[in-house]
Amino acid sequence: MRQIAIYGKGGIGKSTTTQNIVSGLAEAGYKAMIVGCDPKADSTRLILNQKAQATVMDMARERGTVEDLELNEVLLTGFKGIRCAESGGPEPGVGCAGRGVITAINFLEENGAYTPDLDFVFYDVLGDVVCGGFAMPIREGKAKEIYIVTSGEMMAMYAANNISRGILKYAQSGGVRLGGLICNSRKTDREHELISEFAKKLGTQMIHFVPRDNQVQRAELRRMTVIEYSPDHPQADEYRQLARKIAENKDLVIPTPLSMDELETLLVDFGILEQEAVA
Amino acid sequence: MSRAIEETQKMIDEVLDVYPEKTRKDRAKHVKPNDPTGSCANCQVKANVKSRPGVMTVRGCAYAGAKGVVWGPVKDQITISHGPIGCGQYSWWSRRNYYNGQTGIDTFGTMHITTDFQEKDIVYGGDKNLDAALDELKELFPLANGIGILSECPVGLIGDDIEAVAKKKSKEFNGMPIVPCRCEGFRGVSQSLGHHIANDNIKDYVLGKGTLEKQTPYDVALIGDYNIGGDAWASRKILEEMGLRVIAQYTGDASVNEIGIAHKAKLNLIHCYRSMNYICRHMEEEYGTPWTEFNFFGPTKIYESIRKIASYFDDSIKEKAEAVIAKYRPKMDEIIAHFRPRLEGKKVMLYVGGLRPRHTIGAYEDLGMEIVASGYEFAHNDDYKRTYPEMKEGALIMDDATEYELEEFTHRVRPDLVGAGIKEKYTYHKLGVPFRQMHSWDYSGPYHGFDGFAVFARDMDATINSPTWNLIRRKKSA
Repeated sequence: MRQIAIYGKGGIGKSTTTQNIVSGLAEAGYKAMIVGCDPKADSTRLILNQKAQATVMDMARERGTVEDLELNEVLLTGFKGIRCAESGGPEPGVGCAGRGVITAINFLEENGAYTPDLDFVFYDVLGDVVCGGFAMPIREGKAKEIYIVTSGEMMAMYAANNISRGILKYAQSGGVRLGGLICNSRKTDREHELISEFAKKLGTQMIHFVPRDNQVQRAELRRMTVIEYSPDHPQADEYRQLARKIAENKDLVIPTPLSMDELETLLVDFGILEQEAVA
Repeated sequence: MSRAIEETQKMIDEVLDVYPEKTRKDRAKHVKPNDPTGSCANCQVKANVKSRPGVMTVRGCAYAGAKGVVWGPVKDQITISHGPIGCGQYSWWSRRNYYNGQTGIDTFGTMHITTDFQEKDIVYGGDKNLDAALDELKELFPLANGIGILSECPVGLIGDDIEAVAKKKSKEFNGMPIVPCRCEGFRGVSQSLGHHIANDNIKDYVLGKGTLEKQTPYDVALIGDYNIGGDAWASRKILEEMGLRVIAQYTGDASVNEIGIAHKAKLNLIHCYRSMNYICRHMEEEYGTPWTEFNFFGPTKIYESIRKIASYFDDSIKEKAEAVIAKYRPKMDEIIAHFRPRLEGKKVMLYVGGLRPRHTIGAYEDLGMEIVASGYEFAHNDDYKRTYPEMKEGALIMDDATEYELEEFTHRVRPDLVGAGIKEKYTYHKLGVPFRQMHSWDYSGPYHGFDGFAVFARDMDATINSPTWNLIRRKKSA
């Protein structure tokens, strides 16, 4: 069982990308599970074709404690047998969503959600790693493999670099490795080259360049992945390729995060930041 | 540097020598020989800083200071320990703050409530839980006059807005004071910050809101007496016999109303300076209420304090003050005559909280005993400045002492009596050293006032001269 965590800046397309990757893997015959680690609980809707599934924490809250939950209430099966769970958590501004992730993952482990027949488990994690809770998927020998979704936009790269720092910390203590950057194109200038170069500097690879295509939106509106909604569309093939590359990926590294100066120099070299803006 | 100071310094150096260099250097700033004149620059004790990791400190936390000391004793309010069960359970009625009233009807001293946090309260926030607890509390105890919400650590970590809940429920309960106390245990270096936070609460939520029908020229407030074993009652008796009217007690046997009127006193009398100087300073600045420190441990200090207090009032009070002294002096002399021969020359080592290490010295000296070492868990610099003149030259002063230091100094100083807390008690029993708890009065008391001195003298004698100690082999001098 390979456990993989997907990180990246908020709004970059982690959930959409994850669900499309997993659909691609399922289509190729792999058994997979998605664990959503975001209180918004939108990591499984395209697989389950529904608005939002019952989350571990919401159910636990309703029942009183997490011990009163049954696994089958929170582990649902969707497209091509993909198993889905969401940690859930509070609305913004109250409580501790990070603790929710920890509690939910512990529940799934203790109640046998991680069956030996699974080939892949994917964790779709909220934006930045803001606290220990959101690092849960990469702690204690869970996900050993991380992919960061980014684009050629500066803030997305900035977040990717920060996440690499987090990985570096857990690489030493827990053996977690970076598998590569997934460029979810925003059609910025020289995006392909920029992210390739950025990946190289981080010591990793740009594992795939996902072109921007409105077909993704169309599928989303129908609560489906592109692979399910339009299996013959070229965009579906992009995700299939990405899924295949991940399945075959052996290039797992300890990242070498950039300093702020290096990151800015990179952006200058690619003409995104004007020279004056840095000075 | 005098010889006495030099010798004590040598002993301190020897004891601290076992520490790793960094620890030794740090602890050396906290353990000093006493210089009563304050002229020895190297004898100033460093205070109120973070304890060193790896040593055993007996300090408490901000929650302990706010709940256990300041808010806990207020009798007609109920405190909620807001968070997981442990803090509330282990602080449940542990300080013997006596009070008058019908428990569960109009007074609630022994009744503690906790919101008993579960995972869901952490993840989704404990505010709804708190809201519900307040409703239940109001229904169960309709005669409660206030509620204190004492924050435990997780509440601070997840950032719950307990102020908003308190405000909302206070409105629903017709303006009943509901006090959100942000005394998360990780704040500050000891329980001392909890006292300060709780004092600020009094200022923000209660002070100025009580009713006092009429004021008299002889109104005083008794501040910083927590009525351990009835201390405040013994103190109040003296003040009343002096012709003063005690309009408020802070906070032993106190009602919420009286907390709200102390500023109307002509004079605030402060016993525990460490825990309540903040609110006294505030009342002075905001309402012009003067304050003075006093000490009701042992006749010498009591007489001195009675005269000091009387000096703020007219001749009628001064006369009554002398009458009070004259009335009790024979009784005090009798106690001293009885116990002093049994205790004369006995050496005492103290390690208490923020006041008693200096305030009880006079009481021991009245019995012919000598304080050879004294230390505070959570004192500040101003406390040490008040301590130096009270002790002999070359006496040992300790700040935030470690278990090792206490034990090692005991072997070297060879006290006949050690006064400290429950955490030290059994160590000393095993060492075969006579020991009294000086936080809780070892389940005895009161020790304040004339009534208290009788009990104090009896207890010290009973402890030191108990034949039990002869049955325990004591370690030979180092």
